[in-house]
Amino acid sequence: MAEPTATEAAIEAVMDKRVERGEPILQVRDLEKHFPLTQGILIKKQIGAVKAVDGVSFDLYQGETLGIVGESGCGKSTLAKVLMNLEPATGGQVLYKGEDISKVSGRALKAIRRNIQMVFQDPYTSLNPRMTVGDIIGEPFEIHPEVAPKGDRRKAVQDLLDVVGLNPEYINRYPHQFSGGQRQRIGIARGLALKPEVIICDEPVSALDVSVQAQVINLLEKLQDEFNLSYMFIAHDLSIVRHISDRVGVMYLGKMVEIGSDEEIYEHPTHPYTQALLSAVPVPNPEGREGRERILLSGDIPSPANPPSGCRFRTRCFKAQEKCSVEEPLLAIPQVFRGEDTPAAHESACHFAEDVDVVGATNGDQAE
Amino acid sequence: MGIEATEVTADHTRGRTSDSGDAPLLQVRDLQVEFRTRDGVAKAVNGVNYSVRAGETLAILGESGSGKSVSSQAVMGILDSPPGFVTGGEILFKGQDLLKLNNEQRRKIRGSQMAMIFQDALSSLNPVHTVGMQLGEMYRVHRGMSKKDAKVKAIELMERVGIPAAKERVNQYPHQFSGGMRQRIMIAMALALEPDLIIADEPTTALDVTVQAQVMELLADLQREYNMGLILITHDLGVVADVADKIAVMYAGRIVETAPVHELYQRPAHPYTRGLLDSIPRLDQKGQELYAIKGLPPNLLRIPSGCAFNPRCPMAQEVCRSEVPPLHAVTEADGTPVEGRGSACHFWKETIHG
Repeated sequence: MAEPTATEAAIEAVMDKRVERGEPILQVRDLEKHFPLTQGILIKKQIGAVKAVDGVSFDLYQGETLGIVGESGCGKSTLAKVLMNLEPATGGQVLYKGEDISKVSGRALKAIRRNIQMVFQDPYTSLNPRMTVGDIIGEPFEIHPEVAPKGDRRKAVQDLLDVVGLNPEYINRYPHQFSGGQRQRIGIARGLALKPEVIICDEPVSALDVSVQAQVINLLEKLQDEFNLSYMFIAHDLSIVRHISDRVGVMYLGKMVEIGSDEEIYEHPTHPYTQALLSAVPVPNPEGREGRERILLSGDIPSPANPPSGCRFRTRCFKAQEKCSVEEPLLAIPQVFRGEDTPAAHESACHFAEDVDVVGATNGDQAE
Repeated sequence: MGIEATEVTADHTRGRTSDSGDAPLLQVRDLQVEFRTRDGVAKAVNGVNYSVRAGETLAILGESGSGKSVSSQAVMGILDSPPGFVTGGEILFKGQDLLKLNNEQRRKIRGSQMAMIFQDALSSLNPVHTVGMQLGEMYRVHRGMSKKDAKVKAIELMERVGIPAAKERVNQYPHQFSGGMRQRIMIAMALALEPDLIIADEPTTALDVTVQAQVMELLADLQREYNMGLILITHDLGVVADVADKIAVMYAGRIVETAPVHELYQRPAHPYTRGLLDSIPRLDQKGQELYAIKGLPPNLLRIPSGCAFNPRCPMAQEVCRSEVPPLHAVTEADGTPVEGRGSACHFWKETIHG
């Protein structure tokens, strides 16, 4: 193999660096992912781009869970793929422990992937039906033999099965012999195999039955404490995100529109989209359902190939004014709350940010 | 949503039973469905009873494999047969047992008197025909209208369910519509012949929450306007709480609990229902472990003996492993009966009254 370049060497060196709890382990800066739209068969001409992720910035701190919510098409899964380097970023930076990993390849990429792992949504298609569970969970060791020497692999896989709550004797079974919840445990065991520091979970429980979802959420929380993991938890179920997350980011059409602690986002949302999203969630409590105020949005998400000018949410927003179509609001603490000591003072990309507790009353009932 | 209440024309009341009578629109009695597969007989529905009145919303709540979809497919008469067979029971629709009718008679009832809305609108619509043609088909086949008249009707319907620019969009194909709009077309198709009963099988599961709220509201508006009976099949406790009048909870092919919606959430009378409600993340449990029902839903080829929930139940005792619990009428602690409540648990008293 060729000698590593200077950047590669720098990245490999940084891999074993320890990050203290509460320090940023992953910093994302103005990340962009544009998919080109082309026309023509022989001579391809680019006629536009789907801006799936368009300038997203946030930090993931060591040991925390950052929830990412948003509707389908908002770019949350593309964001996960770009962070994993499964899709090359069009622009911006992903800093892992301070080193930019968005443009690396080869040895350095391999080293990064050992530290950042992913758990996929669909446990039915993300496991190879022709491989035994032992082979699936053990495959990461083939690529990274330094983690578990050959003789120890079977033992290592059995330990992993035990950690995720499966019987270690199942090592020779095939995926179809397991239920959905058990398959998701296998997917989690595979994600844990290389002892990563960051796990990106892309809708890890949405394909599972209600009674099994809670089991998998509990497992993820237990593993986080045990192995000191940092999670990026992508989901559309707002109550589950709230339960597991320390901080929550809300995405709309390729942009982060609001980000803050779980309390700030759920009890003091200042962006109209977050407010509408929270008020649209059906509350599992029939009390007071007639009186509940709902912010009903009209229409659907616009096409990310041709997003609205100014604020992207303005076409569906109940607060939209002239200013919104001209000037794009930046993700920052809104002017009105700046310097104030209130939970509403968190980053929100809206010209007319306002603290509205849309679910307060019903949540109060639930908590009793 | 921009839907004005139109006047109920004579057409709307056509074929409707005298609503003044208290007779339920649909009554399912001891329904049994099984699937004969290579591995054995899977008992998907094992003696289900429920009834729906005009204007009422019954939610059937259950996890995958609980038999909630299969039982409603049997009601509609669209069960894949083979392998599925209705092996017993009665489905009384306006007093008439549907299981005694032949295929042609059932086909006449389907669409015109009862209709179904499916979960996945994209795969339920034909991709090679325009939506106008698919909506109009209802009128051409059932009412014998001309193509031209049917198209006018299709445009009317599309406006009715809130699709903007219906005149242009009637000539478009399903892939040109967004998920929410496609689900509106499904609803329009179900409504076309103004049925008395609509069965909605997870109508909003594939949609985003903001669109889900729009679609549920539309469905509720239309139901009120036409005074239809609605069976809502779902696994989402939130959606149920929002729209249902009464709930039937299914587990392993049986109804394990029935209750009016407020009652069920306040004090469940079956350990399975209680487990489901407890596993919803709540504010005061932040940072703690979620309550989880242990184990997995049973394999329908090997349903546990006695109460099917017993291997997962925290209250299970010897009797639960040997005896199938009947649906007990639930009463208050002092013995006064509670309207519409039942629980198929040997220990329902302990569950509800502590």
